[in-house]
Amino acid sequence: MSSGAPAVAAAGVGKVFVGDSSVEALQGIDLTIQQNDFIALIGPSGCGKSTLLRLVGDLLAPTSGSLAVNGKTPNEARLAREYGMVFQKATLLEWRTVLKNIELPLEVMDFDKEEREPRAREMLDLVQLSDFGDSYPWQLSGGMQQRVAIARALAFKPSILLMDEPFGALDEMTRERMQLELLEIWDRTDTTVIFVTHSIPEAVFLATHVVVMSPRPGRITDVIDVDLPRPRGFETRESPRFYEKLTEVREALRRAEPEPDRQ
Amino acid sequence: MTDPSHDSAVLTAFEDDLPLGGTKRTRRRQLIGRYLPAAIAFVSVLVVWELFVELANVKSFILPAPSEITAAFFEEFSTIWSAGWTTLREAVGGLFIGLFLAIFVSFSIVRWTWLEEGVMPVAIAIGTIPIVAMAPIMNAWFSITSLLSKMAVVALVIFFPVMINTVRGLNEVSAEEVELMRSFAAPGRDLLLRVRVPNALPYFFSALKVASALSMIAAVVAEYFGGRQDALGPYILQKAGLLRFAEAWAGIGVASILGIAVYSAVVLLERAVMPWHVSLRVAAGE
Repeated sequence: MSSGAPAVAAAGVGKVFVGDSSVEALQGIDLTIQQNDFIALIGPSGCGKSTLLRLVGDLLAPTSGSLAVNGKTPNEARLAREYGMVFQKATLLEWRTVLKNIELPLEVMDFDKEEREPRAREMLDLVQLSDFGDSYPWQLSGGMQQRVAIARALAFKPSILLMDEPFGALDEMTRERMQLELLEIWDRTDTTVIFVTHSIPEAVFLATHVVVMSPRPGRITDVIDVDLPRPRGFETRESPRFYEKLTEVREALRRAEPEPDRQ
Repeated sequence: MTDPSHDSAVLTAFEDDLPLGGTKRTRRRQLIGRYLPAAIAFVSVLVVWELFVELANVKSFILPAPSEITAAFFEEFSTIWSAGWTTLREAVGGLFIGLFLAIFVSFSIVRWTWLEEGVMPVAIAIGTIPIVAMAPIMNAWFSITSLLSKMAVVALVIFFPVMINTVRGLNEVSAEEVELMRSFAAPGRDLLLRVRVPNALPYFFSALKVASALSMIAAVVAEYFGGRQDALGPYILQKAGLLRFAEAWAGIGVASILGIAVYSAVVLLERAVMPWHVSLRVAAGE
């Protein structure tokens, strides 16, 4: 971004879901994410990592604390169309072809008609689905659908990509290939990525920083820098450094667990 | 380093499985395959019916043979079709009025959610009234001899199922779809037109198919409560009263042919509007 502001600056952010019994989902979140960082949010179910993602993306409002995105409020950033979202489900509109799905944000954002298709085709090339523009989502495999979702999220060149367990529903092999592709895309675009995951290897392989969270209420307990060399590839997963980092994250997660009362 | 061909194997496999496509000849064979069982069943029913009436010596006023009914149909051809035309106009006119109202109310409910709490109980109450019982009232409101009084009955009958289904379709979009549009900072109009409306189409059409069948039924029944005599209901009533049952049956036959025609028109429209839908994928996949 042109401004020197960090991509995300959170200070004392908390979120309470008010209901029949109020739930404190997040407490005292302090986090600074620099431009072009790749952040993995990891933690057990119920630690509020998806909630944190949605606070950043202005899909939820924080109950306390202050949150700035590119020097703006999350709401201003959303209205300035600085977020691309990818969910666990590809969430493609089944009545649109692949190309038209990628054009959806461009239509909503009033891009010129002549600009939309070339832009969407460029994104299809980026996710290596050039030949599938005229297919319908149901004709694609799960991995391909998720690539379309990524292409759609990047079509309007948002500065921040918010990904909520995007590869969670994919098989292990597809998943590893998608991680590699995502890193290539991240390399080629000036995007900050915030990536929610359950998987320790996924977090270590992808991220510049792994943010470890603990449940009830969700807090950040560790931020682990992953200084593995780039570009990362299949060799990365087999390097001793990779295993050291896995262990570091695993131990951080264990420390984050309050008491071993499960089962 | 990446290998998209891995994924595309899925698509290739899919193409191999495609039942349609290929040569014209296999295509024709498939069409025959699809309609042949129905055609055989239809003809068998007629043959068994004919033989039963013939062999069991069934009296014509109880059940005329298909051959008698066909003969009566051709004898009465012009009378029967002009009666059919009247009934068809009532059915289709009522269908359009009911659809218009149902769509209008559905969109209002989705637009102003507080309306849902007010309107839905009323709509449900209307849905439980046996609407044909309202026919005499409609005759009083819109003049017994006008087509409008029959259209009103048809409209009331179809309003409820279409409205309920359309509201459901408009509302049942996934949380992710809503979040996605929100992340694009999309105005509400885009969420409605680009997500909710296409999402509602399958719901709408399945209700419309039911409604199209109901419309002919409602029109004929409404006619029994009095009105113009050149319509199918009075025609059937009159012929039955004169014990001319072959002609009465011919009238029933025309009523069902017209009902099937309206239904088929809806099916064709559905295919044209949403070729992407699950139920139509085989036809669209070629």
